[in-house]
Amino acid sequence: MAWLIAISPVLGIIAMAMSLSHLVPILTSIALGDGTTAVFAGSMALNFAAGCAVWLATRRYRRELQLREGMVLISLVWIGGALFACVPLLAGLGLSFTDAYFESMSALTATGATLLSGLDGLAPSFNVWRAELQWLGGMGVIVLVVAVLPMLGVGGRQISKAEIPGPMKDEQLTPRMTQTAKGLWMIYFALTFACLIAYRLAGMTWIDALIHSFSTLSLGGFSSHDASLAFFDSVAIELVAIVFMTLAGINFATHFQAWRARSVDRYRDDSELPYFLVVLAASVAGVTVFLSAQDVYPDLWTTLRYAAFNTVSVATNTGYATVDYAKWPVFAPLWLMFLGTFAACSGSAGGGIKMIRAMVLFQQVHRELARLAHPAAVTPLKIGGQAVPNQVVFAVLAFFFAWLATLVIVTLLLAASGLDAITAFSAACASLNNIGPGLHEVGPSTTFAGLTDFQTWVCTVTMLLGRLELLTVLVILTPSFWRK
Amino acid sequence: MRIVILGAGQVGSSVAENLVSEANDLTVVDIDPSRLKRLQDRLDLRTVTGNAAHPAVLEQAGARDADMLLAVTQSDETNMVACKLAATMFNIPTKIARIRSADYLSHPEIFSPENFAVDHSICPEQVICDYIAKLLEFPESLQVLEFADGKVSLVAVRAFHGGPLVGQELQNLRRHLPQAETRVAAIYRQDSPVMPEGNTVIEAGDEVFFIAATENIRGVMRELRRMDKPVKRVMIGGGGNIGRRLARAIEKRYSVKIIEYNKTGAERLAADLDHTLVLAGDVTDEELLRSENIGEMDVYCAVTNDDENNIMSSLLAKRLGARKVIALINRGSYVNLLQSGQIDIAISPAQQTIGTLLAHVRRGDCAVVHSLRRGAAEALELVAHGDPKSSKVVGRRIEEIDLPKGASIAAIVRRHDRPAASGDERPAAGNDHEVLIAHHDTILEPEDHAIVFVVNKRTVPHVEKLFQVDIGFV
Repeated sequence: MAWLIAISPVLGIIAMAMSLSHLVPILTSIALGDGTTAVFAGSMALNFAAGCAVWLATRRYRRELQLREGMVLISLVWIGGALFACVPLLAGLGLSFTDAYFESMSALTATGATLLSGLDGLAPSFNVWRAELQWLGGMGVIVLVVAVLPMLGVGGRQISKAEIPGPMKDEQLTPRMTQTAKGLWMIYFALTFACLIAYRLAGMTWIDALIHSFSTLSLGGFSSHDASLAFFDSVAIELVAIVFMTLAGINFATHFQAWRARSVDRYRDDSELPYFLVVLAASVAGVTVFLSAQDVYPDLWTTLRYAAFNTVSVATNTGYATVDYAKWPVFAPLWLMFLGTFAACSGSAGGGIKMIRAMVLFQQVHRELARLAHPAAVTPLKIGGQAVPNQVVFAVLAFFFAWLATLVIVTLLLAASGLDAITAFSAACASLNNIGPGLHEVGPSTTFAGLTDFQTWVCTVTMLLGRLELLTVLVILTPSFWRK
Repeated sequence: MRIVILGAGQVGSSVAENLVSEANDLTVVDIDPSRLKRLQDRLDLRTVTGNAAHPAVLEQAGARDADMLLAVTQSDETNMVACKLAATMFNIPTKIARIRSADYLSHPEIFSPENFAVDHSICPEQVICDYIAKLLEFPESLQVLEFADGKVSLVAVRAFHGGPLVGQELQNLRRHLPQAETRVAAIYRQDSPVMPEGNTVIEAGDEVFFIAATENIRGVMRELRRMDKPVKRVMIGGGGNIGRRLARAIEKRYSVKIIEYNKTGAERLAADLDHTLVLAGDVTDEELLRSENIGEMDVYCAVTNDDENNIMSSLLAKRLGARKVIALINRGSYVNLLQSGQIDIAISPAQQTIGTLLAHVRRGDCAVVHSLRRGAAEALELVAHGDPKSSKVVGRRIEEIDLPKGASIAAIVRRHDRPAASGDERPAAGNDHEVLIAHHDTILEPEDHAIVFVVNKRTVPHVEKLFQVDIGFV
């Protein structure tokens, strides 16, 4: 159990730091007088006390973490974080533990699946709390962990290896981890602030703008309204959301480099970006044409408006909705679900296999075909003009298989426990890829509340697996990982 | 001229071989004594063993009173440091370095006198690569040489049966091509030169050198022989320095396949090239060539490091149906054996590189030198300076100029609206250039660039002398 003692002081410090995040809902509840101050203050105290106790008890054993301990730590941060985060939901909303844990895990993994309804009637501080958890979860916690841990003297490099999503994680932005993390965090914060102002200018109230900017930048998708963004019925707000969802779907390392070089040219060097944008644009156009052909909406303009917003929302794994797209002719919602599995760029808060892995997989197929035609050909797999080492290709293939297997197993588990095919598949897909709403019984107009406890837990675990890029969690479950 | 050559590799030794015959004092420096020994056995020159970038070694090589430094070692860095030393310590007036890395070449400021002090940089691989690229562009030609920044080209073609001009007298050329002016500079019949006169008849099999403005060469070529189909598919044998450069230069225009023997080399090549199909294998592997459709190739270029491999694989490619084969052959004797045989074009790297160097070694104002026919002939671009009094060429009609036998002025490039002493130093690539095809009554003006074809290399000094301004009038 040496590993547990080694990571415990770090966990304690993270718990203490996370307790500070309660300040936002506490301030909200004081400002708006919605009477939930006590709930959040209590949760904060509990959170801080627990963290402090762990830290005090184990701080003597603090040492440089090893790679394996780093991986365990990351999984535990999410599992434990969701545990603490669900305290206010348990205390204030009277949810069962299963439901509260699902809700807070969905928030911390920036998934956006919810089983709460009547959001409009909820105390605003709860909505703020949910959105803030997403914001922290999406990239905030990633960057925070990356930024804070090295400052604690914990080996930063190993942890970031498990943390920053995508196969090209070796490209270093700055010589020091801490600096990189600070830069990423600053960009994230600046974009969130810009989004907040834009939402406010587009007509939201300050509190709605805050909640939605949190959940937009994290590509989470929680809203303070049951109707999601349809509540506002405003083209301006939808445009703001589309722009910021797209920005948040781009690799933050690219944002960072562009900011540091003060030049938009850096975006041209990002090999994923053109594919991401083209896939988004083509999908919007395709869905619009399809819906027009099916006469779903009376005019082209309305069709384009709904198609653009919901396509971008699902493709970037945000999960806002302005219309119940599950009711569209079945091709369109299936296409959206499919987009959600790969469209987002690596290094963003989006889920799924990420665009860069899709590019690697596609090129690998191309390469095998070339090899059939020319047996002597040497065909390296290239991304952005750079040859990708075979080791990375194997890792991507393994990742893809693990991803596919998880999707199938979860779908089967959900179907075996009584869900219909579309619901089971879409719930598995929406959880694994951190999209949020699925189709049919878990579609954008309903919630996950109808699931049994077993199904809820399956989805909870799936969200965690998807968020931590599967292999990070799966490796902990292998016997060789624990071999002395 | 006292010349110090650094590096006795392929480039260094062939340069030495060419220069030693021209009454130059040569000193060759290399780190490997055995290479120097081999060189000294053959040629009359001095050798010094040691690191070419060390001051003491340069001193020993006589850098103190050398007129020119040729730094052609394998290493760009050694060459650059040697030039810098030559400038700071020994004050050598002309410093030429072989620079291969495109990274260095893309920053010309590092070669300025206050930095690395490289007066001219040459890259043999690039010269050969440009040469082959030209041949692909004009598949009918044996050689395409450019003068006056590409304004004028000297093209060698083999006249074939069925070409409209074959069997005609040269004076008819003008009737056939009223709008495109050209002049036949030389004709080689069974490897011996025939001086072109108005009544010379072109025979099938002749190697015809003609000169024309670059935009006209296609039209002229069409008169001399039927045109081939344009090149679409190219296969390159050997992915070394030359193969890699060549593939990168042409991969966007043609569909290119490249064969490299070394597995890691092939992988690096494939990572480097975006549109080329890289094959790992032996260039003399018949199975490989066959399975990669060698028969469908328009051009096969064998450019490995090994002469024998190049010869064998291009012979094989030709037999398997490649339309045209080009082989890189270093050894002079092999080139003589194979040219105009089954191998369509044999390229001697040394011959290609030497021209670039010769331009700097020549007396008089010599802009470009191309060495032709394995060094037997030369085409020079000479600048006429001075006035009718001080110069033997300016102000004279071409027929009046006392050219040695076998030498002829083929064309003149004249710059119009010369900004008279306004200090305007625009690069010479403007539109104000006129290409004049030489006639017997054309008069040379000061600052004209004359393209001179010299059939016999021994008469080159005579030609140079003609273009030198008389000392008394400078």
